[in-house]
Amino acid sequence: MASMDLMAPPGANTGLALAEPVPVRPSRVKARIGRVIAGILGVLLLIFILGPLVWMGIAAFAKQWKYPSMLPQSWTLSFWSQVFSSQGLLPALGLSVRFAVLATLASCVICLPAAYAMGRMRFPGRKVILIGLFATNAFPKMGLFVSIATLFYWMNLMNTQLGVVIVQALGTVVTMTWIPAAAFASVPPSLIEAARDAGAGRLRVFFSITFRLALPGIMVAVVLAFLACFDEAQGTYLIGAPNYITLPTKMYALAVNAPIQSAAVFAIVLCIPSIILMLLVRKSVMGGQLAEGFQLK
Amino acid sequence: MTTTATDSASSGQVDRRSRDDRVPGLQLSGISKDLGGRTIVHSMDLTVPQGELICLLGPSGCGKTTTLRMIGGFLTPDAGRLTIAGRDFTYAPPEKRPTAMVFQNYALWPHMSVTGNIAFGLKIRKLSKAEIREKVDWALELVHLTHHRDTMPARISGGEQQRVALARALVLEPQVLLLDEPLSNLDAKLRIQVREDIREIQQRLGITTVLVTHDQDEALSVADRIAVMNGGRIEHNAEPTTLYSRPRTAFVASFVGAMNWIESGPSGGGIPLQDGTILPSDHLSADHGDRIGLRPEDLLPAPAGTEGTAPAEVERSIPRGHYREVVLRCGGTELRSYTALNLAEGETVGLRAGRALVYSDGELQGGEAAGAGEAQAFERRAAVQRAVASDALDSGPDSGGSGPEPDPAADRSALA
Repeated sequence: MASMDLMAPPGANTGLALAEPVPVRPSRVKARIGRVIAGILGVLLLIFILGPLVWMGIAAFAKQWKYPSMLPQSWTLSFWSQVFSSQGLLPALGLSVRFAVLATLASCVICLPAAYAMGRMRFPGRKVILIGLFATNAFPKMGLFVSIATLFYWMNLMNTQLGVVIVQALGTVVTMTWIPAAAFASVPPSLIEAARDAGAGRLRVFFSITFRLALPGIMVAVVLAFLACFDEAQGTYLIGAPNYITLPTKMYALAVNAPIQSAAVFAIVLCIPSIILMLLVRKSVMGGQLAEGFQLK
Repeated sequence: MTTTATDSASSGQVDRRSRDDRVPGLQLSGISKDLGGRTIVHSMDLTVPQGELICLLGPSGCGKTTTLRMIGGFLTPDAGRLTIAGRDFTYAPPEKRPTAMVFQNYALWPHMSVTGNIAFGLKIRKLSKAEIREKVDWALELVHLTHHRDTMPARISGGEQQRVALARALVLEPQVLLLDEPLSNLDAKLRIQVREDIREIQQRLGITTVLVTHDQDEALSVADRIAVMNGGRIEHNAEPTTLYSRPRTAFVASFVGAMNWIESGPSGGGIPLQDGTILPSDHLSADHGDRIGLRPEDLLPAPAGTEGTAPAEVERSIPRGHYREVVLRCGGTELRSYTALNLAEGETVGLRAGRALVYSDGELQGGEAAGAGEAQAFERRAAVQRAVASDALDSGPDSGGSGPEPDPAADRSALA
């Protein structure tokens, strides 16, 4: 523009300026509309996610709550004392933790080597296996569990701890393979070569470099797997009941038989271990490590 | 503390130097490699004397990185033999080789501090804590990064990461240092500084070094010798000055430095241009060929009408600081010249060529005795120029008069 001004005579200059309309900054208006829409969507999403939780939180303390009132007519703590004094709460919690830990460990032992192979090796059928693993999620769970139950009857695994662990571990296979595989795959080959160049043998390269760099991704998978096992109800119920009643299976029964308030209290109780676990791993999951773990290529 | 570290390390260097210097630091004989059904390296021979820095220079896909990776042990040759200081390492894995590599992207381990990165290889060698500390201090001192010893690699700049990678390689006191395009990720200014640092350290430690690059500037400025590779073969392996002034093939001539190409052989004791004008040359490497190469600094503009010149017009004149890059049109051919003269665009000058390299089938013709020192070549060139200068004075009359106005080129083209 400046050079144009210099070149054009003063009269022509004004004409030139008029011919070119002054921009009205439409971008700012657009940006504002965009922000409003994003805000509305955000609030809707928040209601969708938090709404049921809020309802659950209130219901746990409601004595009487009738439509269309937004809040209960009267409050009580009786359902809490009822749930906590009910038999088998603590043993159920203990069982839940035990099964979840064992199933997660089993899943690590089985899935992590597979994940390493998928992530770092090229072999025929690799893609098929990866997609196949994913496809297991396409079938209705209950149908699978029923056929598993038939198999377990034959193998004498019904109503055994091993059976429950197997059923819970099965549910984590996709998570425990896909995410660590991506984490292993994202370790740059040059870092591994540099370690070998420095004199590291294969085992040391694996533990000092490959595994260490994939660890954030593996941790994410382990946490997700643990939570999945901890909350698993259908398979555990089918295989474990009545000998092994975990918190989720207990709640499963409650949701059908007991007043809504008891189920709400139970659901809150069930949330607590998950929340504690989330808080514990928050640092490694949120501190950029989650993002690191998910650098998929 | 640091001084003792340096002392002990440099005494280590004395050991290295006192080894038999007649045994080459690195030798490749008949090394070949196929990858994906394509031959990447063709039966390659390369000898690097102890303590020399050799540059593998070439375009991407020429096999230079494959060669480096074979030296480092990341690839196994399909044929041939590779020895380091006389010992056969053809099939040894990287962890069993006395080589250390600086990777193109540095490949620093992000979960280890600078010290952790440098100490990694020493820990594997089961050195004592004190020894490791001493050596790490020495390496940090060497690359001037003592202040970053506890920093994580992600928190330092690219140039500093590069130096950490160098320190990590050098701390292992390798017999051969491998540098894979070490400067390609740095900005222009830093590149020059780091390459000087690398050269200085390499010479101080006297370490046999192979540097892979596609940047001819980098190769010319740091290497003792340059091996220009093309299509999996070494086309020319020579000292930088020889490589530049007498490139054995047309490929090498175009790849290293700028070159004006005239697509015809010499005639009439000069260089025939597009419209038949003969550009006089002080020295033609041979009388017969099919292609002539002229370095921009070998195109010598003079005031218009000067004896023994062809007329040329200045099309563009680009200031390059201490010199000028001038695009000249001479006899219908566009030629590029570097000159100290302050030429303006549109100006007419007289043009003469200094040394002209004549190629036939892509091979340099009359390249003088192969392996002759470049000092001699310069001497010869200076002598030739002196002779030509006096010749021009003597033979003034027969090339169309010595006045400033007449057009000698017209006479010459008429003669031709």
